[in-house]
Amino acid sequence: MMTEIKVDCRGETCPVPLVEVRKALRKAAPGDIVEVVGTHPASKKEIPMAVEALRLELLSVEGSDTDWTIRIRR
Amino acid sequence: MERHEGAAQRTTIVLHSGDMDKVYSALIIANGALAMGMEASIYFTFWGLQRLRKGALEKGPLSKMNLLGLGRWMVKQRMKRANVASLDKLLQDFKELGGKIIACEMTMEIMGIRRQDLREDLIDEYGAVGSYIQEARNSEVTLFI
Repeated sequence: MMTEIKVDCRGETCPVPLVEVRKALRKAAPGDIVEVVGTHPASKKEIPMAVEALRLELLSVEGSDTDWTIRIRR
Repeated sequence: MERHEGAAQRTTIVLHSGDMDKVYSALIIANGALAMGMEASIYFTFWGLQRLRKGALEKGPLSKMNLLGLGRWMVKQRMKRANVASLDKLLQDFKELGGKIIACEMTMEIMGIRRQDLREDLIDEYGAVGSYIQEARNSEVTLFI
């Protein structure tokens, strides 16, 4: 069964959003979706870079630089 | 975490400094590497190893403008306002994501540090220069901080 994991990184700064996403992805099963919300501008660019490096699927990046939602499929 | 020789890319950091700001740099870079799918190890030596003594992680001075602790206090206040993670959280995350910690045995000998003086729960290996070179020769990123 596919589950959706929510990660709330609002107010967190470097490197916490990146690290929390990685922790969530390690716990997720293949096919699970991780949805992360955050406010740290650099992480909006860097989480997609990490997703690419990890060869996972980036589903969407939405919102502004200081209020964004990123969805990833493990 | 299981390690695959030559499979994942690797970051190796020598942490020679015990200064608070430099320990931050080392842990932030190492955690970034792990978060982006690399393996990472930190080789704690000399002043850096002092930070692995029990209760000493957050005790390092500022590398510049410490001003007998006043500069350090001000930077700490600003970090708190910016919601920067503590060194303890960064170290716990580093371990949780499979990071490896090596303690320098020569430093222990020179400074009279026993294993029981250190955070043994966090240390994966006690080693010398050979351990560092073995890690570094297979690393895409290696830094001396």
